[in-house]
Amino acid sequence: MKSVALLGMPNTGKSTFFNRFTGASARVGNWPGITIDLMAAKIPLGGHLVRVVDLPGIYDFHGFSEDEKVVRDFFEHNCVDLLLIVLNGGQLERQLSLALQAKQLGLPAVLLLNMADEAKRAGITVDIDKMAAGLGMPVAWVSAKYGEGFQDASALIALALAGSQPTDPARLRENLRADDEIEAAMDRLMDAAVRIPKILAPGVTERLDRVLLHPVLGLPLFFFIMFLLFQFIFTLGKPMQDGMAWLLAQARILGLEPLLSDLPAWLQGLLLDGIYNGVGTVAAFVPVIVLFFLVMTVVEDSGYLSRAAFLMDALMARLGLDGRSFVMLLMGFGCNVPALMGTRIMRSQALRRLTMLVIPFSLCSARLQVFLFLITAIFSVQAAPFVLFSLYLLSFATALLTAWLFKGRFPSSEPFIIELPPYRLPTMRQIVLRAWHEVRHFLKRASKFITAGVVAVWVLTHVPLDAPPASPATLAGHISAFLGPVLSPIGIDAQLAVVLIFGFVAKEIVIGSLAAIYGVEGGALMGLMAQKLDWVQAYSFMLFTLVYTPCLSAVATLRNESKSAVFTWFSIVWSLLLAWLVSFVFYQGARALGL
Amino acid sequence: MPNRSLNTLQPGESAVISSVSADETLHHRLTALGFRIGREIRLIRRGGLKGPLQLRIGTTEVIMRRADADKVRIAAAHPPR
Repeated sequence: MKSVALLGMPNTGKSTFFNRFTGASARVGNWPGITIDLMAAKIPLGGHLVRVVDLPGIYDFHGFSEDEKVVRDFFEHNCVDLLLIVLNGGQLERQLSLALQAKQLGLPAVLLLNMADEAKRAGITVDIDKMAAGLGMPVAWVSAKYGEGFQDASALIALALAGSQPTDPARLRENLRADDEIEAAMDRLMDAAVRIPKILAPGVTERLDRVLLHPVLGLPLFFFIMFLLFQFIFTLGKPMQDGMAWLLAQARILGLEPLLSDLPAWLQGLLLDGIYNGVGTVAAFVPVIVLFFLVMTVVEDSGYLSRAAFLMDALMARLGLDGRSFVMLLMGFGCNVPALMGTRIMRSQALRRLTMLVIPFSLCSARLQVFLFLITAIFSVQAAPFVLFSLYLLSFATALLTAWLFKGRFPSSEPFIIELPPYRLPTMRQIVLRAWHEVRHFLKRASKFITAGVVAVWVLTHVPLDAPPASPATLAGHISAFLGPVLSPIGIDAQLAVVLIFGFVAKEIVIGSLAAIYGVEGGALMGLMAQKLDWVQAYSFMLFTLVYTPCLSAVATLRNESKSAVFTWFSIVWSLLLAWLVSFVFYQGARALGL
Repeated sequence: MPNRSLNTLQPGESAVISSVSADETLHHRLTALGFRIGREIRLIRRGGLKGPLQLRIGTTEVIMRRADADKVRIAAAHPPR
């Protein structure tokens, strides 16, 4: 009796095909050499009785799973006259490898492209003749689910069966053994030529891990290290920022003012008070941002980020995310845009979207400039690092809250396995390159958004020209009057409202705009802000800035990466709503407490 | 103990991978990281709060969730050569 074996990847409808093909007359048989029960049936085909065996679904012949071992054992101990390879016709780019492996092993085969109905709906067409010629085996479409194409397929199978030679188990065993040979040869070569201590010497990495990955101390240590890093950036960055601001003010007084003194007053105002003050105030933060990225580079390249994934995965799993999502959140501290793109490593769309939904809450370096500016202006030197750290914690809290609220809508079961690199110190070259990259990035944004944004804010707050700047009579005044009912409950006044609108484009515009509105920069602007805002208002403003949409680039990236306008809008609306709620709760709560 | 799951390893204990029964995604990921039948694997530590496992296979260290580790079956390590 001739025998036919059914082979395919898991979940290709192979068993459905088997049942329909054999008329569900299957019986369970035990096969020599293997201990697992296989489904088999005898059916008449082309005038002969043929035995059909259903093999377990496998991804390839060089298998590592139980099922793949079963299939290999089967072929190494049984003669087969024909192989029926069942593939999902809609996923050929992935599944065709199995047919090619069968061809390479010299197995006589017929290829059946199952799920014809689904493939057709997906608009997939296959040139059957070209496919058959390329593979050197007959090919046919079937739909096991709806029973379509079975007559043609049966005829094709009967024809192929009449002309096929039975397989030679001994030769197959040889061919498959070639695989094992490679493994064995590799082991021999490694043994002979490469010396690896059986247990690696308790090196620096292992000793560090013993402390940093400690089941109990690991997480508190992680947050303590983060706090120290931000403390370091703040302490070192402050004098750098002051120095830069002083330089820029000198350049204005000594260079630009005499140079532009012949221009009309309004143009002088726009150029000096608007553009120069605006961009200059932002530029004063460049040294701090470079410093920030230097620290980030050291952390990223050190291998500690993968450890953070290890430490946080248990918590993230409860929020429908995984350790990689947390690493992306940390990367978002630099800039949300590359962090959003970094989610490409996730295969599950749900996990990826949920991660993309939380990344915009991470306190990026552009928002850091706003906070550094306001914190320095409003809070004491002693309180400042703690205020900043509280914003970082709130950034986490809003991200985690969002994940927790929406995890039900984005269910995923993606496996979480990542490599843990040894600890490394970055090279000087890496650090310098990174710093240069950030300066360039800033200059690009400055030329693109910041200048335009600052000009727009200056126009809104100075037109009509006869009205006092930023007064209710200006364009900005009208916009603020309109937004007042929404923003006054969170302590944000008219001028700040305009600033927030432009902060939607880029957060760097926020402080640039403040400079443009009040026509002062640096220390003078800080002094003015301290007069205008009490700490509760300032903190409420910072909370709103922290939580609402990061910038236009982030929105565009979100749209590109998710390929969904609905998802993008959802992200924008949710962050605005959450920003307002957080600020409202804080502002009204603090006022109720009499602060 | 012919067929334990990788998740039953104790910190510091070694074993040999005997089979992997995973779906395609996990299968490819594991293959890429060097999980093969017969390779020795050692558990370094378990994360707190039912966190992931830290494992060493050859010279590569990986972290994986306990649920994923359950899909890898192990047997006793080779006797020392």
